[in-house]
Amino acid sequence: MATLSSNLLFISFILYLVATLFFGGSIKAKKEFNEKQGTNKWGKIAVFLTIVGFVSQLGYFVTRWIAAGHAPVSNMYEFTTFFGMALVGAFIVIYFIYRTTLLGLFTIPVALIVIAYASMFPREITPLIPALQSYWLQIHVTTAALGEAILAISFAAGLIYLVKAIDQSKASKRTFWLETIMFSLVTVLGFVAVSTVFSAAGYQEKFTWIDKHGNEAAVEYTMPAITGPNDWELVTENGFKPLIQMPAYINAKKMNTVIWSFIGGFILYGLIRLILRKRIAASLKPLVKNIKLDFVDEISYRSVLIGFPVFTLGALIFAMIWAHEAWSRFWGWDPKEVWALITWLFYAAFMHLRLSKGWHGEKSAWLAVIGFVIIMFNLVAVNLVIAGLHSYAGS
Amino acid sequence: MKKRRLIMRTIILFVLAAAVVYTLYANFTKDHRQKVAEGDPAPDFVLVDMQGNKHRLSDYRGQGVFLNFWGTWCPPCKKEMPYINNQYHQFKDKGVKVLSVDIQESELAVNQFAERLKLNFPIMIDQDKEVMTAYGVDLLPATFLIDKNGNVVKYHTGELTENKIREFMEKIKP
Amino acid sequence: MNDVKCECGHVNPHGTVLCEACGKVLDERDQSGKLLDMRYEGSARRSQTYNKTVIDKIWNFFSSVKVGVWLIVITLLASIIGTILPQEMYINLPPEVYYEQEHGWFGKLYYQLGFHDLYGSWWYLLLIAMIGISLVICSLDRVVPLYKALKAQRVTRHEGFLKRQRLFGINEAFDQGDQDLVKQHLIQKRYQIREENGDILAEKGRFSRWGPYVNHVGLIIFLFGGMLRFIPGYYVEENLWVREGETALVPETGEKYYIQNNQFILEHYDKEENKKFEKALERAGQVVQNYQSNVVLYERVSENLPGEKPELKKLKEYKVRVNHPLTFDGYSVYQSSFRSEMTAMSFSLANKESGQTFGDFTIDLKAPKSEYDLGNGYVVKILNFFPDFEFDKNGEPSTKSRVPNNPAFVFTMITPDKPKGETSFVAIRQTIEPFGDNVYKVAFKGIETQNVSGFIVRKDSSLWAIILGGIIFMIGVVQGAYWNHRRIWVQNKNGQIWIAAHTNKNWYGLKRELETILANTKLTMPEDQLQKEDDGDKEEA
Repeated sequence: MATLSSNLLFISFILYLVATLFFGGSIKAKKEFNEKQGTNKWGKIAVFLTIVGFVSQLGYFVTRWIAAGHAPVSNMYEFTTFFGMALVGAFIVIYFIYRTTLLGLFTIPVALIVIAYASMFPREITPLIPALQSYWLQIHVTTAALGEAILAISFAAGLIYLVKAIDQSKASKRTFWLETIMFSLVTVLGFVAVSTVFSAAGYQEKFTWIDKHGNEAAVEYTMPAITGPNDWELVTENGFKPLIQMPAYINAKKMNTVIWSFIGGFILYGLIRLILRKRIAASLKPLVKNIKLDFVDEISYRSVLIGFPVFTLGALIFAMIWAHEAWSRFWGWDPKEVWALITWLFYAAFMHLRLSKGWHGEKSAWLAVIGFVIIMFNLVAVNLVIAGLHSYAGS
Repeated sequence: MKKRRLIMRTIILFVLAAAVVYTLYANFTKDHRQKVAEGDPAPDFVLVDMQGNKHRLSDYRGQGVFLNFWGTWCPPCKKEMPYINNQYHQFKDKGVKVLSVDIQESELAVNQFAERLKLNFPIMIDQDKEVMTAYGVDLLPATFLIDKNGNVVKYHTGELTENKIREFMEKIKP
Repeated sequence: MNDVKCECGHVNPHGTVLCEACGKVLDERDQSGKLLDMRYEGSARRSQTYNKTVIDKIWNFFSSVKVGVWLIVITLLASIIGTILPQEMYINLPPEVYYEQEHGWFGKLYYQLGFHDLYGSWWYLLLIAMIGISLVICSLDRVVPLYKALKAQRVTRHEGFLKRQRLFGINEAFDQGDQDLVKQHLIQKRYQIREENGDILAEKGRFSRWGPYVNHVGLIIFLFGGMLRFIPGYYVEENLWVREGETALVPETGEKYYIQNNQFILEHYDKEENKKFEKALERAGQVVQNYQSNVVLYERVSENLPGEKPELKKLKEYKVRVNHPLTFDGYSVYQSSFRSEMTAMSFSLANKESGQTFGDFTIDLKAPKSEYDLGNGYVVKILNFFPDFEFDKNGEPSTKSRVPNNPAFVFTMITPDKPKGETSFVAIRQTIEPFGDNVYKVAFKGIETQNVSGFIVRKDSSLWAIILGGIIFMIGVVQGAYWNHRRIWVQNKNGQIWIAAHTNKNWYGLKRELETILANTKLTMPEDQLQKEDDGDKEEA
């Protein structure tokens, strides 16, 4: 069952990948694009593939649930994969409202990156600690992920808006920040690439080091150490000697992974620039020339409107009900809770700015981007760096 | 019309401000809130002392009661005990009763402690921490001064000097 | 400060931008723009029209959405600060020690600035409170005029109003039956239709305009619930430790409920039983499967005082586990932690050299006896008992607490050949002979331990407000987000048919709907005047 499950996930990943190519083709093939027109053949194939991929991923979800005996949303790998699936699901829903394949061209690659990122975490089926043994696990986590996914669609639409609206003929603050978003996405791929290469090579080296309490500890690196732990001593023979030593209160291993991810990101980005010979955003620009700005703006806003209630329900209300049962209080200012509140406050401010200050168009698109950054921060940084009660077993 | 609006606004703002001020006030005082505060009637209890005599607080109505909570592990308790003992002798015929409640310790520990310090006043063990809970005692030593009507006139936590103890006993002398 | 009478005869409150009845532009400053700003229907927001007294000034401050957004943003940023380092309630050292020790100078600064208890700080509370005030006043100031404006609107609208709608078109040529057909289509689409002089106003989803106000009411109730917690007795949270086999009073229940802990159970996942978790268990080591306390809940039935033995009536047996609290009479008891405690130590009296023993004895750490007679003239007396032994500041043996974490004894060993006795100090893995070489020793044999369950006892009388607020908020937010307020005007002006349409959001949906409504008629689709202008669209609450 578990093998079947992983195979289904792999199939869906490939299908999304192929679908992205077809989404690209559907834009290129279309001479005259406007919102009234139906989707062309390429686009229909792309959407079909996406749906098949989604069904396959649902198959992964169901079979893994059966294999594990609990909803597969209980660790970093499972949750992030589910988030990717929710992203695709949200796209399919929004697609059938607005019928634009361009949104797919921006959403599905983001989903692919998310799923690829997920697969870097330990993939085995993990047992549930007592706090997670509740039917609220599936209710709370899936609803929250779905809400975040719908909100992420507004990011994709905002990205389309920015790619179209920002003048790429000369460098400016706006082109810089837009390119930064592109670079960040590439860096995630960089992380995936570097991790895959080193794990395929079976790289590991062991250190002993002195922690902040003065005790000796051991650590195992899976990537060559650029940053070594405090007072490190290499245990593995012929291991790579760290270039820089970190103070004890910084997690040198995580720091090392971050640095490698950036190295991978820079190499990938450099290669892309070498091939494209212009900014990524600039080379995406021809793809979006036929879409109307206020149309993507509306998609972006609409996604926030649809996603916000779902997010509130899943990430705050269901979360409070469960926290009340498991931890005896519905709200305890745990970092994950606080970041859910921050996300909620942010989108609340977003909507008020739009309604009363008239922050439409580009301002709104930038806000959609920041919103997605907050969601990603809550998913990645809060689990891995800040931790707290919600910290998963993944490292 | 305009006047009515002003009145409405004033009332609404006043209600909101009152709620905010109360919340802030409650937040500031939440750490100092005392279960049995000064002026409250002292909750009644019954405990048996080390000699097997039953002490019921309400039986001492008409006398002042110096109620002390302590433990053998607590150094300030150890320090103030001899002073309490001295003043106990001074005031025992003047209508001031000393009741001393140990928190959930073994008889051996308490007896040895009392013998070593040669304590004469009644000592009892609150085996299930019920009396302690009823009085909301948190930090030791804790002393309640109860007047002849059974009301708490003073609540003190922390070590006492002999002068302070004398002053306290003066206060509740009937 | 006079009311404004429109040429259609309707009297509008001062400050109105668009006539409530016919929609004519009243505010001269607003004549310039091409499209109307339809926020709040152009009604007069009272706050901005009266600004004389201090009360008005405070009111106007909180009535501003700009202020509201700033409050949200400041709260958001403050909340971020609180997640940088763990808050006070998640650390297990005194804060003055923890922050500096674990996080260096930054931690020290963090603590000194009071960020260790950020969410309980007065200024954070004040921020939340100000958001609450802003919610009340903003909503009041907008919902009343909006309600009046929507109620007062007439079917026939001023030309200028129609012309300056985002979706607008003029039809010169049309068939006789067109208007009736449009009406039929509108009814099919569930529009409410009002007619006057052959003009049509079709409207639907007006209730979605109340969504924001409904959700604000929900939030206010929620915040009110949060405030109730500060009232003494409304919110109780206490820790309760109960040893296996013991019965303890549940705190804050008015000495009414008692809990007996029969057994504490700690279970780990077993690799053999759970093959599917095998790999994960190999990586993680032991993973806890269950924390459980089997308890019996009792109610006191006797009228007794604290200190007297109560008479108890059994209410129920329950297995308290994580996610499965025991609830009764508004109280909930949660499994929160456990510890293992020593209950007894056993020793034997032995000759140091020969190792010959003269009897064993076991000391009950909760009720040690003063002497243990081993027979044949061998007696061990306890001179001193330190349940939680340490050397104090003066280097003297003392006890840190009453809990037997590290028991130590001073024994006197009376034997036939040493009738005066020998003195020995015995702690775990430690024996001191204060008066020189002894012949005998008290040899440590073993310990017995017992589990103590840690519970949290909670009562939250403000929960109803929290739940009610949450439900109302969700209703409001769904109402406002998933429905749209759409209006379509089909009016006869100068022998032409003018069609204008407005929605508070989702213009794309409105346009698609208009297409089906105008199908099979000669009427043309109104033009999106914004896309002509191409400078971003506008929506409103």
